[in-house]
Formats: sequence, structure tokens, C-alpha cells
Amino acid sequence: MVILWGSNARETHPIFFHHLLKALHSGARLYAVDPRRTSSAQWADVWLGLDVGTDIALANAVGREIIAQGLVNQEFVEHATTGFEDYRAAVEPCTLEQAERITGVPGDAIRALAHAYAGAKNAQLCWTLGITEHHNAVDNVLALINLALLTGQVGRPGSGINPLRGQNNVQGGGDMGALPNKLPGFQDVQDDELRAKFERAWDCTIPPKNGWHLTQMFEAMERRDLRGLYVIGENPAQSEADADHANALLRGLDHLVVQDIFLTKTAEFADVVLPAAAGWAEAEGTVTSSERRVQRVRKALDPPGEARDDVDILCELAKRFGHDWGQPTAEEIWDELRSLSPMHAGMSYARLDALGGIQWPCPDEDHPGSTYLHGRLWKRPAEGRLAPFSVVEDVPPADELTDEYPVRLTSGRRLDSYNTGVQSGGFASPLRRPETLDICEADGQRWGIADGERVRVHSRRGAIEMTVRYVDELRPGLTFTTFHFPDEAETNKLTNPAWDRRSGTAEFKAAAIRIEKLEAAVGAGG
Amino acid sequence: MSSQTAATPMIDVTVDGEVVQVPEGATLLDACRTKGADTPTLCYLETLTPVNVCRVCVVELEGSRTLVPSCSRAAYHGAVVETDSPRVRHSRKLVLELLASTVDLSRASGDVKRWMDRYDVDTARFGPAAAPGERDGRDPGHHHASDGATAETVAQPVKIHDEMYVRDYSKCILCYRCVEACGEDAQNSFAIAVAGRGFDARISTEFDRKLDQSACVYCGNCIGVCPTGALVFKSEYDHREAGTWDEAKQNVTRTVCPYCGVGCNLELHVQANEIVKVTSPMDHSVTQGHLCIKGRFGWQFVQNRGSE
Repeated sequence: MVILWGSNARETHPIFFHHLLKALHSGARLYAVDPRRTSSAQWADVWLGLDVGTDIALANAVGREIIAQGLVNQEFVEHATTGFEDYRAAVEPCTLEQAERITGVPGDAIRALAHAYAGAKNAQLCWTLGITEHHNAVDNVLALINLALLTGQVGRPGSGINPLRGQNNVQGGGDMGALPNKLPGFQDVQDDELRAKFERAWDCTIPPKNGWHLTQMFEAMERRDLRGLYVIGENPAQSEADADHANALLRGLDHLVVQDIFLTKTAEFADVVLPAAAGWAEAEGTVTSSERRVQRVRKALDPPGEARDDVDILCELAKRFGHDWGQPTAEEIWDELRSLSPMHAGMSYARLDALGGIQWPCPDEDHPGSTYLHGRLWKRPAEGRLAPFSVVEDVPPADELTDEYPVRLTSGRRLDSYNTGVQSGGFASPLRRPETLDICEADGQRWGIADGERVRVHSRRGAIEMTVRYVDELRPGLTFTTFHFPDEAETNKLTNPAWDRRSGTAEFKAAAIRIEKLEAAVGAGG
Repeated sequence: MSSQTAATPMIDVTVDGEVVQVPEGATLLDACRTKGADTPTLCYLETLTPVNVCRVCVVELEGSRTLVPSCSRAAYHGAVVETDSPRVRHSRKLVLELLASTVDLSRASGDVKRWMDRYDVDTARFGPAAAPGERDGRDPGHHHASDGATAETVAQPVKIHDEMYVRDYSKCILCYRCVEACGEDAQNSFAIAVAGRGFDARISTEFDRKLDQSACVYCGNCIGVCPTGALVFKSEYDHREAGTWDEAKQNVTRTVCPYCGVGCNLELHVQANEIVKVTSPMDHSVTQGHLCIKGRFGWQFVQNRGSE
């Protein structure tokens, strides 16, 4: 059994979905939890079309039903977890009836999901940005983890909790310590012993405190505590929520350096642009996939013009700052990483080649890599720290629906496009068409807005003009668009920058909008 | 980590008088290959479910009245197989002659040319090629038998409707690989199927709609599995038309797709510092030869950057 919760993997992770389809053809059941009846949900045995931002209410009701019907994996809860009693008490009021009222999902469907998940021999619970692009993203994730702990659907082959990563190396970035609180290999920057290990290897002093994540950086820019920014391979001018505000902050910096393969919108604001080689085709290195598989990327092309490998640029910069780092090869850098990060220690380039990538942790060269995590919870006694239940409360989206902004706008991706379109805009996809504000036909008729009509869309941040398209996958009151085409529809002028204090992710999935007919506009038909 | 499962039991199969061992669950084709018997295949591909349509891999199986397709027949302990008997040679020769007389096999692999030589295939056996008819305009099943003076062919105009796919069904042997890759074996879009029967059978979208109005999502997996060059990437086609396609000057480099986090492997075919084609390795556990539209076609951006 597989649950896709806030994930349209059919379009956003198509080859993962191939594997999922193999399972479905062999008899696995698929439950899709998504406000939209996406192309993924259309493959599901049951689609739970919840209202945007009611995931916790739904998850807590699933948990309560599992407890109330005696479907808890008692052995696992007793030996591998902590905090069950508090959790039980907290979800006690979350009845199916209450959940139906809050989420819009029929109680019977919630019951069916609870029973199927608890009763499955193996179950995967997969999610994507539908869970994490909310102001309470971490609580959303914790609410799902609670379900895996209740049922023991974790730490076994075929059972687990699985955030599908959206970028080819977003996992690897974290692995390599591109996080404000971690050194490579997820080693805590505030741990004196671990920090000392890196200080010895690097012959430098590492500040013993956490840095800022992206969202905190923007807040620091606002306070003028942060006045210089070095952006590598990111396009915040178009990818940040509340784009007008973000751009004002970027423009107000004393100094902005952008290192990118393109002259992005962000690079246009920069004082210095460092043209870079494309990491996946013009340079050597590794990336880590969603299944923790470290794989090599290889240089197939010479980069154009003056563009240079990121490593060259960084080493040249270091030289200007008075440090000679030499001219290390990608493999030499990787081997240094292996000497400092125990979870990567067994991953030589030769083994990565021979095994088609290796999944971490891989502590030594005899280790085959790890196809799943958390198996320790099934040892008796369970090894390491027991897994805690978390009491999480259902909190509605920060961008409230009111009389002035009565319509929910959620955002997502389309199959042939990617993020702000910097990469995917480069090829002539026959599937591509001008970006639209998708609504359901019933809403169109109710609001007197025709398929194909141009409208002005207002949120509390700004307003943009868009073309309306009728689609079948939306329920009344819910609208959808993407941020793939910021030049024609600057969606992030509308989105809400309210962000989760723990993950730093903004509420891209839940904006409140008002749709206004343009004066003298005529429905263009569709 | 889970413990290793016990090794699969091995069984004995006699191929051309020699006993070979293959694991239980293997096919007769596996046994033939284990023996080193060069067994022709057209519709078979490791990553797809066998559909048994081309009949070029047939062998004699002791106890079986008819020749059997080795690609899909399960091997069993004690099976006795002949791969080079007169009956097998005759059958393979005829299959290849029927195909070669009707279909343009100029882009088929070197293997196909080798097999045609080995079985002494006479492509002119059924007479000179008939003038191209209005094959595409005819309803499936409305074919009339020719008078026998000429050999009917599947010649027809090349279909080019976008910057990604070229479909030249003059080269199509109806092996079903594209149908399987579009269907349950990989993409599950079911945009194409075989329409019609007999000589009028052809690969078609539903109601013969144009590709961009069909269920096609342009993953290119059909092109990836086509054995005869009927389906090609526009980038390759353009180079071939311009006379600049030169595989001797191409390097193939394996890397990882720059888009989502699944970790699909790409093989970049590069000629003169330009990506001319992207394929996917059959032997990688993540991709198994398949990709999505972004991985297969979304590489253009690295080449859209000016040289300054």
C-alpha cells in the first residue's frame, strides 16, 4: 500500500511513478491525499480531496480511528516509541465527523485510509511540497510520522516515510552541510568535538553557532543586519514568496554576487556575476537522490565562454582572500569529504561507478549501502533514541479566507516544466501552453467568468493579470497555478511569505485571492 | 539490512547438443545466449514484457509440434533446443525477407544486417517494390492483395509535428516495443496502440489524432526502445538530414538528470561539444532505460547560453 500525501508524483517525479505503477499492477493499493484530483490521484484506489491546509486535521483523525478501532501496532509503540499517551489524549477529540467538517473529506474515506494503512503488510507514506510548503510544514510532517509510529510502518523493507525530493541534489546539498546548522554528513555545528574534527582538517576556526537559513537571511536583510549576499545557483528574485518585497530587499543590498549558469533575474540585480559551468553536464561531482543514492555526475561538455566550474571559482575566490586551496579534482574533494563524514566513508568513486550509486549510510568499503533507514527501531531492545510521538494541532493557513479574499489559490508544478523555468524554458515542449489560473467550471459559472477570460487576481501582497482555464481536477473554491513562467504570470507576487519557524519554508500552497473581471473584458472562449 | 535471499536453483537446458545451466525462471533465449548461440530478436527487449510478435527468435523445442519463440518460453530442466536446424533457419529467413521487402531497414542495428546475411535473406524475392500507395489514408483493414508482380511496402511520408519526435513509419516493423513502453511496461500513458489488422496494421493514436492531441506526454520512451529508427529524436533526424550525424565522433557520457530528485541516469551523446541525443541506460535500477520529458528533452538550456 502506498499513500501519496500532497504529492503529484505522476508529473513531478515521473520515473518514481513508473516504479509505483509496477506496484499497482502487482496489486498494491494507492491512496492519494490532495486538494486536487491530480494525474497521480487519478491512479488512486481512493482519492481524499481535502481542503488546503487541513492535513493535520485529517492525519489526527486517521490516528484517532486507528487507536479507537484497536489497530495500533502495540508491540512497536511500546518498544520503539515515546509519548503515545499524550498523543492519544490529544487526538481523542479528532473524530471522523469533526475531520469531515474541517477537511471536506467524507468520514468513510478517512476510515478507509486508516484501516488500509494500519492493516497493510507494508506501507509507504510519501509526500512532497503539498506537506512542506505551509506555514506549519514541520507540524504537517510530524502528523504523518505519528501515523507511521502508530502502525509500525517504518524501518522495514517496503515500509517507510518518504519525502520525495524535488531537485536532483537538494538531498546532496544537505548531505554536504549546505544547511545553517550542520557540517557535512549532518554533523551538528554546535557539537564541540565534531567541530574540532573539521577545524583540524581545514586548519581554520568554525563559528560555534547556527547560521541563518534562506528565510532568516531575508529577515536579516530587512533589518539591515545582512548587507552582502553571495547567491550560487538560486533565483530568489523569482522563487521567493511575495516577490515584490523580496526583490526590494535584494536591490537594497550593499553588495550582491550571483554565480549561475544563466543571467537570471537575480543576476540582473547583482554587482558581480560569476558565470558557472552546469554541474550535471559540464563538471565532475556527485549528487544525492531522493532515495539517498549518491551518484556521479560527469563532464560531457566544455562550458561556454568564460563560464567555469564552481570549484574553480571558489578556489580562485579563496586565493583572493589569501588562502591557497590548490586546484583539487572533484574526486580529491570527495575523498576529503569521505574522511570527515562517516556516512559517506565507504563511497569511493570506483564503488559509486561499479554499484550504480550507493545509498547512505555507507560507513566502510565493504558496506553495500542502506536501502532503508530506522531498522534500529525493530531491534529488541530498540537501539538509540526511541521515536517520539508529537502532539500537533490543526492550524489553518496563515493567509485567511475572508469576504475580501474568499478564494483559495494553491500552486504546484506541471510535467514538462520546472521551478522558475530557467532550465525547462529552454526546450520546445509540445505540451506547453500559456500559463493559466485554473478553476473548476462550476466556479466559473458562479462567478460569471468564462474559460479563457483574462482576469485580475488580487492577494494581500499584490495583483497580476491571468487567463482563466476550466479544469476537471479542482473542486469549487479552489484555484491553481504554477510559478514556472514568472515573465507571463508572476505568481509569487500573490503567494504568502508566512513561513515555518523551523523549516524556513513559505506558505506557497495556500494564498487567499480575489478574482476580478477586467473592465470591458469578453470571454475569449476556450 | 535484510539478509540475502538464497541463490536461485539452476536448471539444465540442452542447446544445440550442449548442456548449459540457467537459473530457474530463465527463458529459452537466456539459455541460447548462455550457450553463445547468436539468436536474432526484434520485438524482444530486456526491460519489456515479451509480446511474441516478430517470430524471429523461434527455436525447435523437443516435444513441441511448432517452433516456439525463445524470448518468452520458459526454460525447464531437461529442455532440448535446436537453434540452427533447417526448419529454424527457414523460418527466420522468411520472417526477415517479409520484413525487409516491405519495411525500410536501413536504420536497423548492425545485428539485423548480420542476421540477414547469415540467413541469406533475399529482399527482392517478392518482386520489385510497389509504388507507395495511400497507405495512411486507407481505413485499417481495407487493404487489397496485390497482383503479385510487385512487393507492397509500408512506405509513407515522415511525420514531423514538433521539435522532439520524428516518426517515420516506413521503417516500422510493428514490433510493439513502443506500444509496450507507452503502456504498462513503463509510461502507462497508453497513447498509442496497433490499429487495424494484417498488412494495414499500423501504430496509431486513438482515432488517429495528432500526437499533441493524444494522451502522449512526450517522454520519448517509445523512441528509446525502437529497434529500426522509425522513431527518432528530432535532434538526431536534423543532423542526419544535414549530413552531420557522425557516431564515430560522438562521446557518450553517463550523468544524472538535472531536474527532480529521483536520480535518473542520462547518457549524453555529444558531438562537437553539442548534445545531440539523450538516452537512458537499460541496466540502471532507477531508470531501466526510461525517462520523462524533462530528462529526455530538457537539456537544451545548457546549449542556449551564448559563448560570451
